[in-house]
Amino acid sequence: MTQRFGHGMEPNIPSARQRQQPKANRAIVGFKILIFVLALVPMTRLLMNGYLDALGANPVEKILHNTGFWTLSFLMITLWVTPLRSVTGWTFIGRFRRMLGLFAFFYVVLHFLSYLVLDQFFDWPNILKDISKRPYITVGFSAFLILIPLAVTSTDGMMRRLGGKRWRGLHRWVYLAGFAGVVHFWWLVKKDITEPSLFAIAFSVAMIVRVLMKLRKRPSPSLIIPH
Amino acid sequence: MRFNLNLKECEVTSRALWASRRDFLRQTMTAGLGGWIAAPLAAKAGSLGAKPNPAFRVSDPTTPLEKVTTYNNFYEFGTSKEDPAQQATDFKVRPWKVVVEGEVNKPQTFDLDDILKLAPLEERIYRLRCVEAWSMVIPWIGFPLKELLNRVDPRGNAKFVELISLMDPDQMPGQKNAVLDWPYREGLRLDEAMHPLTLLTVGLYGDVLPNQNGAPVRIVIPWKYGFKSVKSIVRIRLTETMPVTSWMKAGPSEYGFYANVNPAVDHPRWSQAKERRIGDFLKRPTLPFNGYADQVASLYSGMDLTKNF
Repeated sequence: MTQRFGHGMEPNIPSARQRQQPKANRAIVGFKILIFVLALVPMTRLLMNGYLDALGANPVEKILHNTGFWTLSFLMITLWVTPLRSVTGWTFIGRFRRMLGLFAFFYVVLHFLSYLVLDQFFDWPNILKDISKRPYITVGFSAFLILIPLAVTSTDGMMRRLGGKRWRGLHRWVYLAGFAGVVHFWWLVKKDITEPSLFAIAFSVAMIVRVLMKLRKRPSPSLIIPH
Repeated sequence: MRFNLNLKECEVTSRALWASRRDFLRQTMTAGLGGWIAAPLAAKAGSLGAKPNPAFRVSDPTTPLEKVTTYNNFYEFGTSKEDPAQQATDFKVRPWKVVVEGEVNKPQTFDLDDILKLAPLEERIYRLRCVEAWSMVIPWIGFPLKELLNRVDPRGNAKFVELISLMDPDQMPGQKNAVLDWPYREGLRLDEAMHPLTLLTVGLYGDVLPNQNGAPVRIVIPWKYGFKSVKSIVRIRLTETMPVTSWMKAGPSEYGFYANVNPAVDHPRWSQAKERRIGDFLKRPTLPFNGYADQVASLYSGMDLTKNF
């Protein structure tokens, strides 16, 4: 099996790992639960405020902005896992990357559904026009499309079916999705680019650290399939 | 010292009352100086005595006051919609002077009280359409700008009217941020400024303008995008050449001088064909000239409105 995945990559066999490090594994599971619960807070708050009519004068706009903001935030957090792991040496944080990435997908689905249902209310001709004529929607929709195969192939089974090299090659598209997401936000704000620039900086740093890591050519933990 | 932690929510001072505490102090302190000082201050709390003008009333339902006063684009107080209501609470609207100058035979400075007495105050219900594709319906109080312009007697070569807002970064913290070129400048062609629809506005919903809506005096031009309806005006200048407005400077390919509401001319980055009326769920089609075409379209006959956006 090691040969199929290439040098340095090990498949995740939970039972073996559990046998080796029971205490550490319990801590990881605990962290995962915590992250899961925290990641649901933005949506919960949105639903609560919607119910209390506390979303301001333009609730649809607020929902669109909020779901978009959390999509980008989770994307950035996901992109920072690998650089942080290399810099700190805390290999365990790699175990959270999939969940964080899937939450980015969760929020992008909410964002797209808000656009489809709340903003456009199934006005398909207008939606098609938007996607083809409004550059910021073109790049936003493209970013959404890229994330779909990434979410679908995020499972252990899919990792095994694709094999390490193909899986990694496919998942490198997340960089383009992150970039397209930042551009989408930058191109839609009227004038105040403060928020988009912060995301642009977060994205750039995540990418620059990766480039530096590659240049150093150290045997980096990023070669191991994360869980 | 004993703390009473059993305070009930009904005992909390209402925000409106708390926000007007300084007015209350001012009023009680100046009460002794006689009615001529107290009267304009008392006007803040009561009705402006405006008469509804049935000729200028759209039948659309009006937007609730709460939304009108908590969803504002007023970058002088911050760029988010909730900022102006939160940041403008201590904005000083008295004393206030509006300087009228430029190509006029009788340049003069108007005190706020002069303006309030310049012409009978009317209540008009106008649609307001933002360039961002949302809209409201607001009962404004004011009188046609042409009443003021006739007082200053524009010269023959006056072709445009420039309207300039306050420059005061201490009171308007958003001006410390160069998101726009401050002070906020807007402008109209003289015939647009003299049009009966163009309203020099001093109030809304029966009362004086809340700070976040452009107190104490602003303009409302209902057939143009909202950014033309400049708030908190301090200077009106008649000019021979077309003024360069703040948004023209900020985005010349996106914000033009005329900025007439036009569903056929998209913003470069988004469509202008539809809008969200605040309070509605579904979007509605945008009307040419925001529904005022029969009153203003003639001003632009022969003009290419795609080029002159």
